[in-house]
Amino acid sequence: MAVDTTERFPTARYRWASLIGLGFAAAAMAAPLLWALLLSLKPNEELLRGTQTAFASPYTLQNYAAILGYSAVFGWLLNSAVVSLAVTVGVLALSSLAGYGFARLSFPGRNAIFALVLFALAVPEQSVIIARHQMFSAFGLHNTYPGLILPGLAAPFGVFLMTQYFRAMPRELEEAAWLDGASRWKTFWRVLLPLSLPAQATLGVYTFLSTWNDYWWPLISATNSRMYTLTVGVASSQMNFAQTNGLGFLMAQAVFASVPILIVYAVFQRYIVAGVSRSATR
Amino acid sequence: MSVTEASRREMTGTTRRAAPSEARGGILFVMPYLLVLVVLLLYPLLSGIWLSLHKADLFGGSQWVGVENYMRLLRDAVFLQSIRNTCYFVGLTVPTLTVIGLALALLLNDNSRRSAVLRGLFFSSSVLSVTIVTLIWRMVLVPDGGLVANVLERWGLAPIAFFSDAHLAMPAVAITTVWWCIGLPMTLFLAALQQVPQELYEAAKLDNAGWWRTLVSITLPSIRRTALVVVVIEVILQFQLFGQAQMLTLGGPDNASLPIVLFIYQVGFQRWDIGYAAAASQILFCIILAAALIQFLVARGAGRR
Repeated sequence: MAVDTTERFPTARYRWASLIGLGFAAAAMAAPLLWALLLSLKPNEELLRGTQTAFASPYTLQNYAAILGYSAVFGWLLNSAVVSLAVTVGVLALSSLAGYGFARLSFPGRNAIFALVLFALAVPEQSVIIARHQMFSAFGLHNTYPGLILPGLAAPFGVFLMTQYFRAMPRELEEAAWLDGASRWKTFWRVLLPLSLPAQATLGVYTFLSTWNDYWWPLISATNSRMYTLTVGVASSQMNFAQTNGLGFLMAQAVFASVPILIVYAVFQRYIVAGVSRSATR
Repeated sequence: MSVTEASRREMTGTTRRAAPSEARGGILFVMPYLLVLVVLLLYPLLSGIWLSLHKADLFGGSQWVGVENYMRLLRDAVFLQSIRNTCYFVGLTVPTLTVIGLALALLLNDNSRRSAVLRGLFFSSSVLSVTIVTLIWRMVLVPDGGLVANVLERWGLAPIAFFSDAHLAMPAVAITTVWWCIGLPMTLFLAALQQVPQELYEAAKLDNAGWWRTLVSITLPSIRRTALVVVVIEVILQFQLFGQAQMLTLGGPDNASLPIVLFIYQVGFQRWDIGYAAAASQILFCIILAAALIQFLVARGAGRR
């Protein structure tokens, strides 16, 4: 990833200062995660008396066992998985089609419509929420899967990304296919789509992650605890702090909810970093 | 067809222009997304503006009031405070994220195994959801048994009431946010550092320029544009502060950490004063749109260079 800069690196004095700075930053980064992990490994009754014992053994897995017996979390996990997968598949399909249309085909009003997509990039979710909430109420879509999935499909970033990607592809590829008599659709499906897999991976992983982590829309739309996604569910047990089964259990929930996404991150780190920075800079 | 015209067509690609039947194909590819965009984003946007000109409540009662909601907002001390709070939060987080992000990028811009691991660590918090981040940070900062309180106690110091002190609530939300969001500025700066031409560094080395001199006269000027982009992006992102404040402090104490989006949420979904909330969300939209416009101009400027 990076070029070698060791020779640019300076005198011993700077080297030590930077190492200490880095060490401090890394500790500040890791400490909250380790703290949550330690607390999650302690019995709730013990934490009620104080948290200072968290630094010393004995540790226990009883809080994780309690999660296994607490079915609500698995329901939320399932909801998050269904919604995130559906949004990801939907965004990939809509964005690839539209991206190809904008990049390669001409039709009346193309530039005006694309300008509309660019404009939509600047519209924050929060500023459409009131009217969207009313609209979904009118159609009885709150507390349903379609209600949780549909707003995610309108995100313009994917269309923007795929348009740029298809535009950068050499035209010769399609021309060869057209000369062979392939239709627009066949050219798209057989030639361009397979070549766009790297962009699809970046967009797909990014969409999955941001849907999985979305808090704003599910908080407003899913008011029935059975339809909570994991983010809203974890938030609700956090807000009802007094009613939960205790601090250790709460922290076990935080760790339990982090693990799937950290695994996804470990596997797809390259695509996630690319997706996040692309969506920010667009 | 003359030779010049043929070559002009060749250059501009007009010979490849789609026939009318193909043009219809084009709109068919775009149509599914266009439909979703109009129904789920553009229509709610317009209908939100319309709603903001009404006094509307949960039960469908709706009455035209013109710009009265906006006038009310300008007189609403809580709304004005939420704008001040949000600006304060942006002032706390954006410079911090930019400076730390740049420092980390400078220190981790090499091929070593250690740097790769640390880059992974500093980005890892960005993949967590806001609810997990606040849950963890609540237990770091809470005065009753939090990590910070434990450390202070070991040094014989009293715990700090981060969430209930009006002066500390927003800084506590800001610290949590910096921890959560540091991955993006670091990544953007790392990408920019990769683009700095190696010849510049070689020339600096021939001139016996020291590390500091190289940083100030070569590295920093080369990534000036990226720094500007990072600042604008972070302003846009941090202006939308919601979950951290909602879960850590509920906007308190005494609205000291109430951001604009939480104000909209409370007015719209707890007091159900829908027209009023819609008006507040239009003001947020204008602020974000202005920032996005700046980002667009900056990005275009960077492209031209």
